[in-house]
Amino acid sequence: MTAAGGLSVELRQPGPIPLDVAFDCAPGELLALVGPSGSGKSTILRAIAGTYRAAGGRIAVGPEVWFDAAAGIALPPQRRRAGMVFQSYALFPHMSALGNVMTATGHLPRAEREGRARELLARVHLAGLEARLPSALSGGQQQRVAVARALARAPQVLLLDEPFSAVDKATRQRLYREVAELRRSLEMPVVLVTHDLDEAVLLADRLTVVSRGRSLQTGTPETVTSRPDSAEIARLVDLRNVFEGRVGAHSEQGTAIDWSGKLLEAGPLPGLAPGTPVSWVIPDGFVVLHRRDRPSRGERENPVEGHVETLVPIGQMAWVSFRPSHDGTLPLQFSVPLHVARRNGLAPDAAATVSLLTDGIHVIGPRTKPAS
Amino acid sequence: MDWTALWLSFRLAGLTVLALLPIGLLLGRWLAFGEMRGRSVIEALILLPLVLPPTVLGYYLLVAFGAASPLGQAWQSVAGQPLAFSFEGLLLASILFNLPFAVQPTQRGFETVGADLRDAAACSGLSAWQSFLRVELPLAWPGVLTASVLCFAHTLGEFGIVLMVGGAIPGETKTIAIAIYDRVQAFDDAAAGRMAAVLLVLSLATIALTLALSRHLGRRRA
Repeated sequence: MTAAGGLSVELRQPGPIPLDVAFDCAPGELLALVGPSGSGKSTILRAIAGTYRAAGGRIAVGPEVWFDAAAGIALPPQRRRAGMVFQSYALFPHMSALGNVMTATGHLPRAEREGRARELLARVHLAGLEARLPSALSGGQQQRVAVARALARAPQVLLLDEPFSAVDKATRQRLYREVAELRRSLEMPVVLVTHDLDEAVLLADRLTVVSRGRSLQTGTPETVTSRPDSAEIARLVDLRNVFEGRVGAHSEQGTAIDWSGKLLEAGPLPGLAPGTPVSWVIPDGFVVLHRRDRPSRGERENPVEGHVETLVPIGQMAWVSFRPSHDGTLPLQFSVPLHVARRNGLAPDAAATVSLLTDGIHVIGPRTKPAS
Repeated sequence: MDWTALWLSFRLAGLTVLALLPIGLLLGRWLAFGEMRGRSVIEALILLPLVLPPTVLGYYLLVAFGAASPLGQAWQSVAGQPLAFSFEGLLLASILFNLPFAVQPTQRGFETVGADLRDAAACSGLSAWQSFLRVELPLAWPGVLTASVLCFAHTLGEFGIVLMVGGAIPGETKTIAIAIYDRVQAFDDAAAGRMAAVLLVLSLATIALTLALSRHLGRRRA
C-alpha cells in the first residue's frame, strides 16, 4: 500500500447542512465518526472525498492540501486519491466484480490493471468470482468488491460510509473480523462513519462523536465512552447514569461529590471550588452489586442502598433500574448477568446495595444551568 | 408501391434520429442530473408537441419557415432556396416535433443512474467524460434505445405536420404516410393497402426488436 501522510479535517459552514468539525487521523489509524442518523457524518466523508464542497474549512493529507476554502483550493475527487466504500456500495451494476475494481486502476499502466484488480479481489477473498455481476453476489461479497475497488486507487485515505449496515448480523460479524485484519496491513488513515457505537468501539482506535454537524469529542473508545466531555456526549454514547451534584470537600484521597445529600468519593478535582454545581456520570460497568452471601472487594467504595424498581432480562443480561434510598427520584441504571441477578435475589421492590466505584465517577464539569 | 416515398420516409426518420440522439442525450442528462430553477418550464416546453394538435404545430412551423420570417429569410440567403416545402424544412420540423420522444425516455434512462454511482465513478478516478461513457451511458442505454425507436417510428407515421410544412412534393416532401393518403384519395386501394401493410410489418418488427433488445440489456444488468 502507498505510504500516506496523516489526514487533517476542518469543516465549517452555517448551512444548508450546518458543519463545525475538526479532527485528525494518523497514517494506519482507524478513526470512527459516530453519531445519530442525520448528524452530518456522511456529508463529512463526502467533503473529504471531494463530492461535496463545504463553504469553509481545510482538508489536507500530509503536505497535500485537498481543500482550503480561504485559499480557494478545492481539488476534484479525481485528483484526491481517496478510496471510498459507499453505504449501498454503489457498485457499477453492468460491470463484473473485476470490471468494477479495474475501473479504479486508471493510474496504472494498462498492462498492469487487470493483474492488480485480480490481486485485490484475491486479497478480499473473492478469487474465482471475478466474472460475476454485482447482482450475482451476496451482500457481504458486494461489500468486499467495494473495498477492493476503494483500495484499487492506491488511496492516500480510505473512507468507509456505514459499510456494514446493509448486511445481516452474521455477515457483519465476519466482515468486522475481515476489516480488522485488513486494516493492520494498511498504512493510510482510515475514516469509518457509523451510527453504531458498539461497531465503532470494536473497530476504531479513536472515536469522534458527531451531532448536528458538530464534532463534540475525539478520543479513544474507552475515554469517550467513560469520560465524556459533556452531558450531551454522555447521552450520545449511551451512558444512562448522568446526574447533577455539587463539589464537596477536597481531601488527600480526592474530592467529595454531594449527590442529592449523599457524599460520594470521586477522584481529585483540584480546579473546582466546594459548592460548584457539576454534572457527573458513571458508566454501567462501574456500578457494582453487593453480593448477599459475602462481602467483596470494593464494597467500601461509595455504597448506595436502595431498591430495585424494574428488572428486564435481555438475552443473558438483566437490565436493572435502581432507586437509591437517599433520593427516590434518582434512577440508577446498570446491568448484571442474569444468573448474578437470580443468585442475589434481584427482583422488583427487592432491597439491594451497590457501590459506585470511585474510578468510574467522571465529573463532566461545572453546570452552566442550575439544576431544576 | 411508391418506393420513392418509402425511401424518403426512411431517410427522414434516420436523419431525425441521428440529429436527435446528441440533443436527447444532452437535454435528457441535464434534466436528469441538473439542479436548476425553471426546470419544469423547460420540461413543459419539450412536452408541448405531444399535446399540441399537429396542424397547430404545423401551422406555426410553416409561419416560422416562411419567406417573411427571419429564419426563412436566413435560410434562403444561405441555401438559396426556401425552407418551407423542402426536405430540409421537413427534417427541421421532424426534429422539433420528435423532441419529447427523444428527451423523455433518455431522461428516465439517466435518472436510473443514482448520485452514488456517479460519485463512485468520480472517486474511482474517472473523469466526467469517462464516467459518461463507461457508467452513465451503458446504464441509461435502454432509455436511449427506446427514444431512438420512438422517434423513428413516429417520423414514419407523422401526417399532419408533414402535410402542413412539406406539402406533398414527390421526392422532396412526399412521405409514405402522405403517399398512402394520396392513393386512397385516388381510389387506388390496392397500392394503399400494400403500403399500409409494409408500414404495419415494419412497425411490428421495430417494436419486437426494441423489446428484445431492452430485455437483453435488462438481463445483463439484473
